Amino acid sequence: MSHKLNSKVPTGDIDKQWDSHRFNLKLINPSNRRKYRIIIVGTGLAGASAAASFAEMGYSVDVFCFQDSPRRAHSIAAQGGINAAKNYCNDGDSIYRLFHDTIKGGDFRARESNVYRLAQNSVNIIDQCVAQGVPFAREYGGHLANRSFGGAQVSRTFYAKGQTGQQLLLGAYSAMMKEVHRKRIRLHTKTEMLDLVLVDGKARGIITRHLETGKIEAHAAETVILATGGYSNVFFLSTNAKGCNVTATWRAHKKGAFFANPCFTQIHPTCIPVKGDYQSKLTLMSESLRNDGRVWVPKDKNDTRHPNDIPDAERYYYLEERYPSFGNLVPRDLASRNAKYVCDEGLGVGATGLAVYLDFADAIKRDGRSAIEQRYGNLFEIYERITGDDPYTQPMMIYPAVHYTMGGLWVDYNLMSTIPGLHVLGEANFSDHGANRLGASALMQGLSDGYFVAPYTVPDYLATTDLETVDTAHPEFVTAIQNCESRIEKLLSIKGDKTVDDFHRELGLIMWDKCGMSRSQSGLEEALDAVKNLEKEFWTRVNVPGSGEALNQSLEKAGRVADFFEFSKLKIQDALHRNESCGGHFREEYQSGDGEAVRDDANFRYVAAWELDPETGEEVLHKEPLEFPNAPLSTRSYK
Amino acid sequence: MGKRLDLTLRIWRQKNTNSSGEFVTYDLENVDVNASFLEMLDVLNEKLTLSGDEPVAFEHDCREGICGSCGAMVNGKAHGGEDKTTLCQLHMRHFKSGDVIVIEPFRAKALPVVKDLVVDRSALDRIIESGGYISVKTGSAPEANQILVKKDLADRAMDAASCIGCSACVAACPNASAMLFTSAKVVHLGSLPQGSTEAASRVINMVDEMKTNGFGNCSNEYLCEAACPKGIKVSNIAKMNQWYKQAMTNQPLSE
Ligand SMILES: Cc1cc2nc3c(=O)[nH]c(=O)nc-3n(C[C@H](O)[C@H](O)[C@H](O)COP(=O)(O)OP(=O)(O)OC[C@H]3O[C@@H](n4cnc5c(N)ncnc54)[C@H](O)[C@@H]3O)c2cc1C
Ligand code: SF4
Ligand code: FES
Repeated sequence: MSHKLNSKVPTGDIDKQWDSHRFNLKLINPSNRRKYRIIIVGTGLAGASAAASFAEMGYSVDVFCFQDSPRRAHSIAAQGGINAAKNYCNDGDSIYRLFHDTIKGGDFRARESNVYRLAQNSVNIIDQCVAQGVPFAREYGGHLANRSFGGAQVSRTFYAKGQTGQQLLLGAYSAMMKEVHRKRIRLHTKTEMLDLVLVDGKARGIITRHLETGKIEAHAAETVILATGGYSNVFFLSTNAKGCNVTATWRAHKKGAFFANPCFTQIHPTCIPVKGDYQSKLTLMSESLRNDGRVWVPKDKNDTRHPNDIPDAERYYYLEERYPSFGNLVPRDLASRNAKYVCDEGLGVGATGLAVYLDFADAIKRDGRSAIEQRYGNLFEIYERITGDDPYTQPMMIYPAVHYTMGGLWVDYNLMSTIPGLHVLGEANFSDHGANRLGASALMQGLSDGYFVAPYTVPDYLATTDLETVDTAHPEFVTAIQNCESRIEKLLSIKGDKTVDDFHRELGLIMWDKCGMSRSQSGLEEALDAVKNLEKEFWTRVNVPGSGEALNQSLEKAGRVADFFEFSKLKIQDALHRNESCGGHFREEYQSGDGEAVRDDANFRYVAAWELDPETGEEVLHKEPLEFPNAPLSTRSYK
Repeated sequence: MGKRLDLTLRIWRQKNTNSSGEFVTYDLENVDVNASFLEMLDVLNEKLTLSGDEPVAFEHDCREGICGSCGAMVNGKAHGGEDKTTLCQLHMRHFKSGDVIVIEPFRAKALPVVKDLVVDRSALDRIIESGGYISVKTGSAPEANQILVKKDLADRAMDAASCIGCSACVAACPNASAMLFTSAKVVHLGSLPQGSTEAASRVINMVDEMKTNGFGNCSNEYLCEAACPKGIKVSNIAKMNQWYKQAMTNQPLSE
């Protein structure tokens, strides 16, 4: 392991590690806790659950989000569900099985100890959420209902209609608002973090901009927690909310936090395809649709007939043909990549040729329309609302879209980054999903981090660290404010001939083409040049109208896009260096004869953690080797 | 590429809370019918930016109808008036070429305009803060299946919990009342055994907080239900009124 990385993974049997580690963590006396100020950036599942928990323990908490209410964080959009190893269905689930599935699903690029703890905590999460009033689906006897999700062999997914993320977030949000009421939490909405401030090498505060007044402010604290979500929007088009950004984690990276596995991105196979150049985001259609829908394209690329007029013999059911045993239910990455292949071959459908059919005609014939309506009614409605087409009478069109980012700031077992005092929770860290995330496990991780990990590990940091009194008059804060102000001035002064969205779209296209579903050395090298050129152009030609002293949504976007430019270069570099295919990272050079991903465990069984050298501006690679004594390495096969 | 529309937009422009606003007319041509309403505004904003104007400020985030950020009055109707549809999910195929579309912010004393179509909805957070929670600390929850919930009550709670806090109900109400929003939370939590211990104080505190923030009273106009993109029912208001009366007179709350 690089000497700069200490994962602090406890020794001993994996099922005892968290218990013994917790016992060894230092505590802070209840009467002293209010003297400690904790800054939490982000009010998604990870941030809101942490904020509520710290405030309940008696700490003084400051919470930040860029939305007008903490309840609107991107977690709200999660549909499918949340996993937990409750084994309520008595179908063979266990903590060990959830652990094993998550490690394997991540294609052996996650840290065993963290994942085991995640599986252990999953059980408490459901208890906590139910106690808060989260209205999970129930059986007639009043017990909680479960379903199987994302190809899992057990039914361990808890859900609340198609609104699981919303209901979990409202639970965490209400727990947090209870503490706002008790004045233990100060809430800063519409407040965007622009920089992290270090004093004596420790994270001691942040710089923010109030989005309505434009006011730039410094906030000092004993410790800082980032729970700012993922970076999917580097691709411009993704299933993420429009405001999702990399700014907070990227700024922390520039101040010394190592960024881990930035090339690991999840592409979801069933999204509504791009329709036109006005398109602003992509909508996910739950992958449960693949349980009954059959995926196909016409065999003849020049076939322009309506799909209903194409006879069965002239259709290419490519997943069923290529993967006879799993068929339409192959994992997300395979389903996505194969859609791309057939479209690359010119077989794609729709106005752009970048779509495949997902057909329910056979299922409707077999089970009847009302059965299908019961299973997917709300999804069909969403589809029709957006596209104007009726999926009961003609096939849906779908295409893969960027969905989730497994990479993030590197953290140790305590969820602390390489900057002392900077903890990172939720999608913003790299920790639990390796190279590919299983369905219904991001919500679980966010809440595990926020309710049940950080509340133990952050106090240990506070109890064992000498923290001198620091306030915002400290020169580090003053300089950081000046830097933020001059960057804003610079963005506003260019007044060029292209909009921020123009640049973001172009950046997204480069990343999608060359650093998306399938990557190659030459493509990545081209992408790096293209991004560098576009970034230069951005700083001379972008037009950010208006001023910095008021609500200015163009300015907000410009700052985020500027950070996406810097970040995308590291993402490409990481993809270039990882000479293997694993999980969501598919390098064309590393595939078997029949197009399957080939992992290279001998050379790449490690976490790639990148350090920005402030002297040279170069990114330096550090490796955290991964061991799998409890979940032995194996190769996925779905043939 | 879909069919194209030529539109006239009359949009409320207001610099900030203290300035007075006005309608400004824009012609927008060649709008794809497949675009969403917000994407149509994006296209307008790109044009305004390049012509040296300031783009129209509007709230949005998920663009999937779930975060509750977006919303405006479109031709006098909250979210544009399509059944159970947020503004971000409204698509331009519902309009015709030549249409004049009037777009203005949600209006209510308790929701002051911040800029253009953006309003300040922090009053809704304050209502939740006053009691929209169950006081359970992290770590003190019992085993989940020890709390059984009758299916009909679980369903009632789920339906009420679907509120996204968009404030369309307030904007649609002639009295600018937040009864639908408040009752949705009161009924969600009060229907569950976990939430019943605090149900009496919750309903009193939340209704009082609503009044303190300058929202009006309910006079049974039912316009809120019609405007609600999540199908929250006015039956929640009736339930809340019943519980409020019972709580004020120290009677047990009915189921
Ligand atoms: C459409 C969709 C469906 C999904 N469905 C599922 C599912 O069924 N099951 C599942 O497990 N996972 C699902 N996921 C993934 C999951 O929703 C997310 O990974 C998870 O919710 C992330 O939570 P978080 O708390 O880490 O961050 P987020 O919820 O993204 O919250 C980020 C927070 O940080 C704040 N923030 C960000 N940057 C800044 C800044 N610079 N300054 C101030 N504040 C900032 C934001 O305001 C926000 O409050 C889905 C994702 C999508 C897109
Ligand atoms: S009740 Fe309906 S209209 Fe009112 S805030 Fe909730 S979702 Fe919006
Ligand atoms: S933008 Fe989220 S509901 Fe419309």
